[in-house]
This record gives sequence, C-alpha cells and structure tokens, in this order.
Amino acid sequence: MTLSWPKRFGLLLLGPVLAIAFSVAISSIALSASGNSPTLAFTQMYHFGTRLDSVISMLNRSIPLYISALAVAIGFKMNLFNIGVEGQYRLAAVVAAAAGAAVDLPAPIHVLFIVLVAVFVGGCWGAIPGVLKVTRGVHEVISTIMLNTIATGIAAYLLATHFRAKNAPGDLVIKTKDIPKSGWFPNLNKILDKLGIDVVTRAPGSELAGFLFVALLLGAGFYLLVWRTRFGFDLRASGVNPGAARASGVDPKRMVVQTMTISGGIAGLVGISQLLGVFHRYTIDFPTGYGFTGIGVALLGRNHPVGMALGAMLFAFMDRSAQILDLNGIPKEIVVIMQGVILLSVVIAYEVVHRLTEIAELRAAAAQTAAAHAGAQVAA
Amino acid sequence: MTEITTTAGPGGTSGPSSYAVELHGITKRFPGVVANDRIELEVRTGEIHAIVGENGAGKSTLMKILYGMQPPDEGVIRVEGRDMRFKSPKDAIAAGIGMVHQHFMLADNLTVLENVILGSEPTRGGVIKFDEARRRIEELGRLYGMELDPDELVEDLGVGERQRVEILKVLYRGARILILDEPTAVLVPQEVTELFTSLADLKAEGVTIIFISHKLDEVLSVADSITVIRAGRTVAQVDPKETTARKLAELMVGSELPTPETRESTVTDIVELELVDVSIDAPDGRRILDDVSLVVHRGEVVGIAGVEGNGQSELVDAIMGIEAVTTGEIRLGGEDISGLSTRERREKGVGYIPEDRHRAGLLLTEPIWENAMLGHQTSKPFSRGPWVDRGAAHDATQRIVEEFDVRTPGVDVPAYALSGGNQQKLIVGREMSASPSLLIASHPTRGIDVGAQAAVWDAMRDARKAGLAVLLLSADLEELIGLSDTLWVIFRGRLVAKLDPATVTPEELGSYMTGARGEGSGQ
Repeated sequence: MTLSWPKRFGLLLLGPVLAIAFSVAISSIALSASGNSPTLAFTQMYHFGTRLDSVISMLNRSIPLYISALAVAIGFKMNLFNIGVEGQYRLAAVVAAAAGAAVDLPAPIHVLFIVLVAVFVGGCWGAIPGVLKVTRGVHEVISTIMLNTIATGIAAYLLATHFRAKNAPGDLVIKTKDIPKSGWFPNLNKILDKLGIDVVTRAPGSELAGFLFVALLLGAGFYLLVWRTRFGFDLRASGVNPGAARASGVDPKRMVVQTMTISGGIAGLVGISQLLGVFHRYTIDFPTGYGFTGIGVALLGRNHPVGMALGAMLFAFMDRSAQILDLNGIPKEIVVIMQGVILLSVVIAYEVVHRLTEIAELRAAAAQTAAAHAGAQVAA
Repeated sequence: MTEITTTAGPGGTSGPSSYAVELHGITKRFPGVVANDRIELEVRTGEIHAIVGENGAGKSTLMKILYGMQPPDEGVIRVEGRDMRFKSPKDAIAAGIGMVHQHFMLADNLTVLENVILGSEPTRGGVIKFDEARRRIEELGRLYGMELDPDELVEDLGVGERQRVEILKVLYRGARILILDEPTAVLVPQEVTELFTSLADLKAEGVTIIFISHKLDEVLSVADSITVIRAGRTVAQVDPKETTARKLAELMVGSELPTPETRESTVTDIVELELVDVSIDAPDGRRILDDVSLVVHRGEVVGIAGVEGNGQSELVDAIMGIEAVTTGEIRLGGEDISGLSTRERREKGVGYIPEDRHRAGLLLTEPIWENAMLGHQTSKPFSRGPWVDRGAAHDATQRIVEEFDVRTPGVDVPAYALSGGNQQKLIVGREMSASPSLLIASHPTRGIDVGAQAAVWDAMRDARKAGLAVLLLSADLEELIGLSDTLWVIFRGRLVAKLDPATVTPEELGSYMTGARGEGSGQ
C-alpha cells in the first residue's frame, strides 16, 4: 500500500458521496419540475426518517437487502452474475416455511432447522445455473433469469397445493401453516432496552429484528471467506484474471458450481428474517423484489461487506422515509428516481475514482522505486 | 492524404532540408520517470536509420512522439526542414510519416485490398472505388517490390506477408518516412532477409526508414546510420561500418554484457519429464499436437524452437494440465500424471512461467504478495489449511523481492505498478522459490530489459545446476541456443528435428522452423 490510508479512504468515499449528491440534484430538479419543493421534501424525509420507529424499520428493511447483496456479491467476485437471488430466496422461503410448520422442535434447534432448510433449498436452486454453465455453456444471466420465473411458478404451485393451510371461514389468504412459536426468531427489543432506548414509549409496536445478528455474522463470514481463505483467493483470482487463476491450478468449472451454490445458499436466507420474525408463515403476498434490489446494493457497496451494509441502510432509509411524502402530497416515487440515479451515477463515479487511484498508485510506486533505487546507488 | 508521392522531399540530398526528420531536445516526463531526456535525432532523407536501445530506454516513447501519439514536454520536431506540432497521428500522416507497429493491426477476415484501404477508402458518393484502389495498390507493389495479391484474405497470409500489408497500408496513405517498430521480432531468419530486401527497394525509391530494434546484428547489416538510446538519453550516433555488435551493445547497456550461454553441462540421467506419443485434437478434429515424445532429465534444459502457433501453447497446456491430451501419456518423475489436475501437478513440483504474464501470470490489480502466492496458494508458507497465512505470505514475498531484485516500494502495491521486467522477475522468483523439480518456461524473457533478462537467465542456470529440469520455449533463438542442452524444433504440431545447440546456427534453425528442411534430416 503505497498510498497513505487517509488518502485511500478519501478516494473510497468519493464515489458514493458524488453519486448521492448527484442524485439529490437530479431528484430536486424532478421535484421542482412537478411543482413540489425539494427542500420541503428532503427535510420531511430527514425528520421522519430519523425517528426511532423509522430507524428500527430502516434496520429491519436493510436485513434482506444486505443478505441479498452478499449473495450477489460473492458471484460478482468471480464475475458471475447471479440475477437469480429473487427466485432462490422465494423458493427457499416457501419450503422453509412449510418445513418449519411441519415439525416441532425445541426453540433454538427449530430455528436452526428452518435456516438450514432455506440455505439448502437456495443452494440447490443456485447450483443449477452453475451446472448448466459448466456442462452446457449456458450463460448464468440467461439461466438465472429464466429460473426466477420457474421458481416463482413452483413456489406458487407448492403454496396452492401441498403446502397450503386450511383457511378459517372468511379467510381468503392463501398461506402455509403457521410455524410454531419455537421456530420464531426473537426480536432485539430487550437489548435496546438495556442500552437505555425506550422502545415502548418512543416507538410503540416497533420490533428490531433479531435476524440482524445473523446478517452481521454473514457479513463477517463473507469477509473472512473472500479475503482470508484459500477459497476466497481462488475466487478473487478467477474474477480478476481467469487465465492466471487457471494456470495457478484453480479448476474453473468447480469454482463456478461452488460459487453459485454458495451464492444461492446465502440467497436462501433473504426472506428468513421476515418469515421468522414477522409473518411466521409464507403467504401469497410474501415480499418480493429483494433479489433485484440486492444487485444494486452490491454495486453501491462495491461487493465489500461494510460498503454493502451502508448501501443497504441507505436504500432502506430512503424506502422508509419516503412514506412521509404522500402525506404532504409529494409523490413518494421520487425515491425510486433517487435510487436509480444513485446506481447509475455510482457506476461512473467508481470508474473515475478507480482511474484516479490507479494513477496515484503508479505515481507513488514510481516515486518510491526511483527514490529507493537512487538510495541504493548512493549506498553502493 | 490520398496522393502518392514517390519521390523524396523537395530538398533532395543537399541543402538545409537534407534531413527527413530532426528531433532536438525532446523531453517527455511521466510520473516518476523521464522517458526521454533531451533526445537528439537526425535522420537523412532516403536512409535507413536504426534506433537501438534496451526495453524501457525510451525508444517507443520517442516514436510515439514523432508519430503524434503523445506530445513532447519540450523539444522541436522538424520534418523535411519544417517545424511540426502534431496533435494526433493524423497530423503525422499528413506530414508523410507512417508507422508499422510491432503487433499487426489487420482484420483477418478482410482481403489485402480491404485492409490497405481501411480507414482511407477512395469513394465516390459513398461508394468505394475498388478499381482505383486496386490499381494503386498494384502500382505501389511494383514500385517498392512488395507485390501481393490484393484479393487474398489476410488470414491466409504468413507473418512476413502480413507485415508487407502493414507497410503497404502506410505507403498507401502517402508516407515518405516509415517508422518500423521492432519489425523483425515476429519473423524467422528467412523472412528477415526478405524484409531487408524490401527495405532496400524502398530506400532506392527515396523512402526514409526509421528502424527500431534491439537485434544488433540485423541493425548492423541494414542500417546506414544508428542512434543509440540509453535510459532516455541519446548516447551516440554511430556509423555501422565503424562499429561492432559488441560495441553497440555496450553503448546500449552501458556496462558489461550478459550472455545466455550455459557453461558446463549438468545433465543427469534421471528422467524428470517424459512425454510419450502425446497428441491433441482440436474440437474440429484438426490435430494440433501430433505424437510428441520427448524427455527432460534433471539438470537439463530442453529447448523448443518454432514459429508461434505450431503447437507450443498446446504442448505447455498439456503438461500443465490445462488442456486434456487426446492420446498419449505424460510422466513426471516416472509417474503418470496425465489424469491429474493443474493444481495436483503444481503441488508435485511443476513450476510454470507463462508466455503472457498479463494473461496467465499475474493478478494486475492485486498486491504483490498475492501475486507471489498465485500458483502456490495451497502450500506453505502461503496458506495453513483453508486459511491464507497473510503474515507468512508477506515474509515470503519480501524474500522473493529481495532475492530476485524486484524493484518495488513494497509487497502491498498492486502488480500493475511494477515495470514489465520487475513483474517477470516476480514470476520467476515465485516459481523458483517453490523449489520445483520441473520448470516450464515459456518465453521467460519476452519484453523485458537486458538487466532483468540476465537475472532470469541466472536464476534458471542456478536452478539447473541444482538439478532442475527445464522445458524452455522461446522465440529468441539466441536464448534457446544459449541456454538449452537439447534443442527440438516444433513444426505443425510435430517435433521435426533434434539439434545440438552447440553446433546449430540460427539460419539452420530457421529452415527447420519454416518447414524448409523436413523431418529426419536433423542429426
């Protein structure tokens, strides 16, 4: 590391900061053009978004986004585009919900069982495009998109037939049987209480999802796997230079299947926070779309666990704080514009920053080598 | 520029503009380096002027400046007596300067004619006037002795002919001053002779030629005048009649010369690598490697000579386990390794210096210490069980950097920050540090300067003395002859001749490499 670390850090932050500033500017223009005050909109969003119940909601919303981003990022690290997180998590969630409702186990084991089922289902579904790629040469972007549709179909079929719970009279919602209490994931309100945050009076009804812990563990595990293990080295080498990775002994086919399986396994957990913390069953209106937003979050966070955590929280914050806009007659879709602009501009900003970094590195290396060389010559 | 000028500039050979090109005080700085430092160059109209210097001496930068690809920071460019300021190659072309790059820039699926006119097609109302273009190309070919069939596809041409297409392309655009960047690097000896004949024809027609090279014998035989560049500075302008290759080389390097020669034989009778009737078929059924059998003993360097694309890459890939063999067996230390993966072969002690370090040898964006573990990530000291041992990897890399003189500010800088020679030393260092029993060295000194080249040769020689078996593939015939104990020639996927490097001449080698001399006529 020839560059001093504050310089590095500055360059690292430059991209997202530029992108966010640009998106604020663009959405201000959009707001003004539609006859709304940008200042009002942003102050409203800020005030509403920083209330305790909003913060808790933001954290809860960021969990599935973060896990989804981790799933996408592990593929990105070797230039595999897993667009199939969407299908992987939905199929995993419906099977996990049914499996969880079908058994009765002591609390921690019950939760663990459901989690493992979800990972297993997601992993198997994720492995399919990997196997197709190495055996038949099918590009994973094509196969994962198609498998999303198939997964949605299978999930709907299972929900409507084998997994469907009997409805009470008058209840029209199609759903799986409820998971018994032993399979619920406890919330973290007690911990907030211990920290002196009075949830009961300040944000009645809010619950901080316990799955936040799992997400954090996954983030740490992601870091260790990618940057500290041999597997991670092979993975990154395959991403940076497949030819060199292959010559170094990495089996590219095995790597593709392994990575897609891991990616799918992580994806399997995307819906579990809400399944075990909120709904306790899979219904026909189980939340969708995390798989796609996760791609954006991974991009924003540059496939780094810390960056993606910040990205997930940013997106969750925007989703949550937008809720206030409708009350003021401002279309909350403005947030979608902001998110879109952030993603588009962050790609450009990162490229600019990347080139700046490269030039700075070359310059620093050249200067230091020249200095060292000159020093050596003087010494000789 | 559409008109063809066949005569030299108006100045002729006397008067103030008897120089086709003059460069005075050209200085170009890049971050941390001065690539050109007050360079002086005077090229007479109608002469062949060679520019020699090590890799990294600043030849390419100088030519890029002359060709308008980069502006100089300081200095004067004068073409045929007029001061010039080139904003882009377009301006240089307009001034009559043309450049033939080392790596051909031709579209294989187009004909000679189409390639030549590509980018400057004569048109009428948006329709290409092929007849006119054909006439002019034939005219040029006759004039300069470079006749080619305009309707032949470039993919069917040999390397020498492709080069002629490149030269025609430049002449077609009206160039009176030709810059040839390492034109002989890709040619076999016979083609070199043909090129030189063409150059003489061009010269006779008044074309000025600037010839960049580091092959000194060639330069001495073809140039009328030589400018030597070292470390960005003009060292001397010499008359080829009054100098020798040795003297030129010393001017270039500024110090004692390295030679690839290996002194005493260290060949043992223990077989390390054995290939038995190895063949590889392409998916379309074409036989790329045909019944190759060879043996490399411990302490022996076996060289493979051949024009690129005759099966060398496939041979290397087969030994490394990157490509599966169709038939045949590969044995390492007596054990059949045909079924093993690349990683298993690596772990058994096969070291590998790939032919293209950027494509197969390095992770350019990653730190040097990660590059040092590439290929050895499963073994100590780089990893412990499933974990990368960062501390030990750093220490090991530090040792490689010191032992193999890799010039770098540290082991955490990304690999792209190193010069080509230092990148190559890093690769050689990491392979040697793993104490392999067999080394596959593919073009180990391609594109690196003389100093790094000497370091690589030394490393290979030392390891050979310690019993390393080496399979060496190279386009540098001097390197092959100098380092090898046994020399094979590969032609169209077959080993066609086994030669004794002590007695063989480059010309002899060249005739086997081009298929002029066939199988069995070797010793």
